[in-house]
Amino acid sequence: MAERRKRRSAVPEKEIITLTKVSKAYSTGAPALKDVNLHINRGEFVFIVGDSGSGKSTLIKLLLRELTITSGYINVMGYDLSKIRHRKIPKFRRNLGVVFQDFRLLKDRNVYENVAFAQRIIQKSNKEIKKNVPSILAIVGLAGKYKAKPRQLSGGEQQRVALARALVNKPTVLLADEPTGNLDPKNSWEIMKLLEQINESGTTVIVVTHNREIVNAMQKRVITLKKGVIISDEEKGGYIDED
Amino acid sequence: MRINSFFYTLRQGVRNLFRNKWFTLASIATISSCLFLFGLFYAIVTNFQNIVHRAQEGVAVYVFFDEGLEDSRIQEIGDMILRRTEVSDVHFVSAEDAWESFKTDYLGDYADGFTENPLQNSANYEVYLNDVSMQSALVTYLESVDGVRMVNRSEIVATTLTGVNALIAYVSVGIIAILFAVSVFLISNTVMIGISVRKEEINIMKYIGATDFFVRSPFVIEGMMIGLIGAAIPLGIIYGVYNMVMEYVTARFSMLSSLLKFLTVEEVFHILTPVSLGIGVGIGFLGSIVTVRKHLRV
Ligand SMILES: Nc1ncnc2c1ncn2[C@@H]1O[C@H](COP(=O)(O)OP(=O)(O)OP(=O)(O)O)[C@@H](O)[C@H]1O
Ligand SMILES: [Mg+2]
Repeated sequence: MAERRKRRSAVPEKEIITLTKVSKAYSTGAPALKDVNLHINRGEFVFIVGDSGSGKSTLIKLLLRELTITSGYINVMGYDLSKIRHRKIPKFRRNLGVVFQDFRLLKDRNVYENVAFAQRIIQKSNKEIKKNVPSILAIVGLAGKYKAKPRQLSGGEQQRVALARALVNKPTVLLADEPTGNLDPKNSWEIMKLLEQINESGTTVIVVTHNREIVNAMQKRVITLKKGVIISDEEKGGYIDED
Repeated sequence: MRINSFFYTLRQGVRNLFRNKWFTLASIATISSCLFLFGLFYAIVTNFQNIVHRAQEGVAVYVFFDEGLEDSRIQEIGDMILRRTEVSDVHFVSAEDAWESFKTDYLGDYADGFTENPLQNSANYEVYLNDVSMQSALVTYLESVDGVRMVNRSEIVATTLTGVNALIAYVSVGIIAILFAVSVFLISNTVMIGISVRKEEINIMKYIGATDFFVRSPFVIEGMMIGLIGAAIPLGIIYGVYNMVMEYVTARFSMLSSLLKFLTVEEVFHILTPVSLGIGVGIGFLGSIVTVRKHLRV
């Protein structure tokens, strides 16, 4: 209880992600992130862009607590991630949804089971699973394909399954690392529209992307990384061309 | 844990078994052969011990008295012997009894020539022990008792039986230890391969917020099932083989059966079944929990 109160006082309620002078160095090479300061409020939609190797995926991994920071302070949804206890990590992650460029579906299970999987892991009852999975599949437009195996689906459809899986547990924050990296323009747009729709229903959405056209068109907050440093952070921003 | 989560975990465990079939089969086969050896060994050893035990019971110490010792003192000595904990039974053999049995055993009709009992001084106590290893101590004690002229014993039988018993105990412990180590190693390997095959799935589970317990349980269940199946198979085989051997032995060597009493299959399995299943499941549990703790940290 005391811990919770302390967390609340440390971070304003509105602010859901706080990074203060965060650096991350891998064991080899130059640091992947250097002195990053970042504040994201509840309900925001944020694009993270930058060249290959600029530290975007590293940032996502820090937010997931897949990696720990080398120095600085990082707080996500009230959890101080450099101090979080190992056994609290599952509880923390249950409020996060994640999607990746390569979908990461279970190839031996059908669409329904792939989404239900997320609910089983957090030990929902069968009754709830039977209610929640079809409704989320309807939202991503896959209600008719619940029996299909991943290999029977197009890339766009597979990413929708991954999205459904990330959303079925009703996360507070959705992290997407190049969710359209493997998709054609039409499917990319559809996925981005879905992400926007999810954001409008209240979820904070953070999207890493290389898709210049979409970033420019959607007029959202854009954070640009270069060599591990935030070089620009603009409301209704655009894709910055360096070269 | 919710009941449907439990069944889900159980299903995943069974799924793991089938997912890397060949390794599962290899571990089951190895545990089976180990527990088969164990079962066989146990069946032989318990029978042997049973025979040894009966032999022990048959090893008596004979206590002879001073010449002309009065009956009341003989009675006292008998009571004293019977009160000792290592003694299971005491028989009084009078001089007449001794002579009678000597006559029937060795003399037959020639005994008619004797008018007086030549074994005047052969009244004795036949003392039976619970445990032959206590024989020396008992003999020392008996020799110090007032009114005892002589104590006869068969030391060779006693020391041999005690030695055999100790040997059996050491060999059993040794074999079981080796067996245990080999099986734990095998299950650990199987589970490790299972983990590496499912690395991706485990990663996804971690992102979604699975607890260590939830991620690990299916592998532990897998290990325990391998152990259970690995124990059940040799039990079945040994049951069949034991029955066959017993039938064969009783049919072929019927004259032996009065000398060597074998245990029934029920008597052997009464202990062998729970012990084998326990060892199997235990090995499975140990092998998988160790591996999973080492390689599966969320
Ligand atoms: N596991 C690792 N060990 C060592 N260095 C790493 C590791 N992962 C990333 N790096 C380095 O950290 C830097 C940032 O990598 P990161 O994956 O965050 O880039 P990115 O912005 O996601 O690039 P891309 O657009 O190509 O996905 C790179 O220089 C990369 O080589
Ligand atoms: Mg990346």
